[in-house]
Amino acid sequence: MTPVLLWTDLLLFVLLGGIALFVWHARRHDHLRRPWRYVAGSRVGMATAVILSAYVVIGVLDSLHFQPHGGKASDDVLSLFDWLVGDLREHQEKTYSAPFSAWLYAKESIEQPDGTIVRAYPRLRWGGAALRDPRRERGADIARRVGLGAGAALLLLAALYLPLAWRIARRDGVSLGAALHGLFIRRRGRVAWPAFHLTMAVLVVSAGVLIALAAGYHVFGTDKVGEDVFYQALKSIRTGLLIGTLTTLVMLPAALLLGILAGYYRGWIDDLIQYLYTTLSSIPGVLLIAAAILMLQVYMAEHAAEFDSLARRADLRLLFLCVILGITSWTTLCRLLRGETLKLRELEYVQAARAFGVRGPAILSRHILPNVMHIVLISIVLDFSGLVLAEAVLAYVNIGVDPTMNSWGNMINSARLELAREPIVWWSLAAAFVFMFVLVLAANLFADVVRDAFDPRLGRGRG
Amino acid sequence: MAYIVRRALYAIPILIGVNIITFVLFFVLNSPDDMARLHLGTKHVTPEAISAWKHEHGYDKPLLFNARRDGIEALTDTIFFRNSARLFAFDFGLSDSGRDIGHDIAQRMWPSLAIAVPTLLVGLAINITLALMLALFRATYLDFWGVVIAVAMMSISSLFYIIGGQFLLGKLLHLVPISGYDTGAAAWKFLVLPVIVGVISGIGSGVRWYRTLFLEEIGKDYVRTARAKGLGEMRLMFAHVLRNALIPILTGVVVILPLLFMGSLLVESFFGIPGLGSYTIDAINRQDFAIVRSMVFLGSVMYILGLILTDVSYTLVDPRVRLS
Repeated sequence: MTPVLLWTDLLLFVLLGGIALFVWHARRHDHLRRPWRYVAGSRVGMATAVILSAYVVIGVLDSLHFQPHGGKASDDVLSLFDWLVGDLREHQEKTYSAPFSAWLYAKESIEQPDGTIVRAYPRLRWGGAALRDPRRERGADIARRVGLGAGAALLLLAALYLPLAWRIARRDGVSLGAALHGLFIRRRGRVAWPAFHLTMAVLVVSAGVLIALAAGYHVFGTDKVGEDVFYQALKSIRTGLLIGTLTTLVMLPAALLLGILAGYYRGWIDDLIQYLYTTLSSIPGVLLIAAAILMLQVYMAEHAAEFDSLARRADLRLLFLCVILGITSWTTLCRLLRGETLKLRELEYVQAARAFGVRGPAILSRHILPNVMHIVLISIVLDFSGLVLAEAVLAYVNIGVDPTMNSWGNMINSARLELAREPIVWWSLAAAFVFMFVLVLAANLFADVVRDAFDPRLGRGRG
Repeated sequence: MAYIVRRALYAIPILIGVNIITFVLFFVLNSPDDMARLHLGTKHVTPEAISAWKHEHGYDKPLLFNARRDGIEALTDTIFFRNSARLFAFDFGLSDSGRDIGHDIAQRMWPSLAIAVPTLLVGLAINITLALMLALFRATYLDFWGVVIAVAMMSISSLFYIIGGQFLLGKLLHLVPISGYDTGAAAWKFLVLPVIVGVISGIGSGVRWYRTLFLEEIGKDYVRTARAKGLGEMRLMFAHVLRNALIPILTGVVVILPLLFMGSLLVESFFGIPGLGSYTIDAINRQDFAIVRSMVFLGSVMYILGLILTDVSYTLVDPRVRLS
């Protein structure tokens, strides 16, 4: 087993490291903590933060790649996540099958034990394979699995929360029930812990149920080549998260530097930078992306030998897509930063610094930069959901991520034609819809809370 | 007037920049040889076939400077001049499959407009009405749930609106054809569904954005003064708040006006409408670089036109703004 570090993995870990550094830094500075205290005090903020972290955990697990058989060229690149859900990945059927079905979705000629051949729906190799007579036993089996999964999840929750409640009860001298009530329902203090614990509980229980069900059935059916759709949807999380975050990240240094320089120095530097971003933003985004991806395809076709594995090629295309998307979207951030710097440079403390003879670069890094960081942060959070949605649209135009890569856009794109089938195949769309909707909704709501927290006009972030 | 001329002149360097970017993207990063190979397929391709393809499409010239010609010809008989600089005269030339791009564009802009204009107008009317209602009932349950629904609608990918609309109205209810187009007035039944889908997919973000604008306006001092003078809430909303909030709404619309006729990539290709959007998508899928290049240029021109129009419209609706 050899670990593999793809480019996007590396950047993701850099991003996580940066966040960790920021948290460590912000812990010691009260003014940096204040807006986050507002977020933590908001019920919506806490609940969505839990959901987003669940997505992030899956995405990170899916970013720890390795090659199980020691790095030969033919060796598949797997991730820790693949390894954890091994069965889900390996349980391949022949072709389409409906959610929770025990039969294939297409008729086949089956040879009966007595030698005759009938056209019928064959049994699935994995879905409901443990049942002898699925028509009668399936309902009971699904109910049993739901019960088992929920029960196990509740046991886990009890093991986590009962000691906690017991300690609180002991400390405050109240009954155990009152302590639980305080944990999950009634809020004490500034932080919205009940929202946190409740969302956590819902998440754990639904995860338990899904794990129990996925062990015996295809929860979201299988696709054309018989791959489990639930597994595809889970794998797509990483793609969605990467596009949503790396896109802003890759162009962030340029946007920051140019925006601040333009705003602070004005004059011809400002003119030049303004010219640069007006030119870039005047090219329609989709067309620029299309042109760039076309060129990448030409390049890859020419230099096919340089990419030793499919995973590496798909990864490079994902990274390139992030860069191109970044180029089309950094201009907005740059414009915002320029405007804010124009305002800041006239403020007294910057004027004073200049009067004391502090040099330009020092003023920029010590006085301007820390005071525009909130704009950067808000725009990262606000852009996220739009980028996740954009990925799906780009996949439809065939200029999205590599077709071999799992992504919600690719799922929708390939499922689109299946709607025309009779009877229709709807589960790929449904799975992509559910997973995308939950992520984007959570991100939108979270972004709203973050924006409110940083908005000086509301004056609420100063609690 | 002088201001508009100056703005128009300012657009020229930007267009030159756009042109250089597309030129670099299409011809410098990838040589015409690569493109020829992509078109002819990677296997069994002879050098003769490549040079024949290049000659046929005029890609066999030097990039920037033709040393074998004299005088002005040294600059004009190059790929840059023939394929990029000519765009400034809106001379799009021939596509890689040999069709006249300018003619195609002129023909295909009408279906695009037939969808984009009704979508914009109906969408605007619905969004403003809903947003005004939420602002009128601000801080009530109606407002709260309205915003929640708007955020939820924003979180649904436009692909699902299109697929859902086609499935529900077209396939289940058989009210309208799923896709296609017809000439003249008979086209209306093909247009209904795309317009409905376009309007619905825009409601979420539109209503939320307009509501914010209305609420911002309501918080201002003159509104408080008007209310203190005893003006009714309805009168206040329509005579003062709506009128002033229309300024940002209007200018927001003006920006996208010129881009309307570029069409919507998604809607057009899903519904099989022969507009400029599906034209672009087809070109991308067929890897027809000449068309993509023309559309990039056209799109930039429209964007810049939109910016100029915005500035002009500001002075028309808001007497406080003066052009300088």
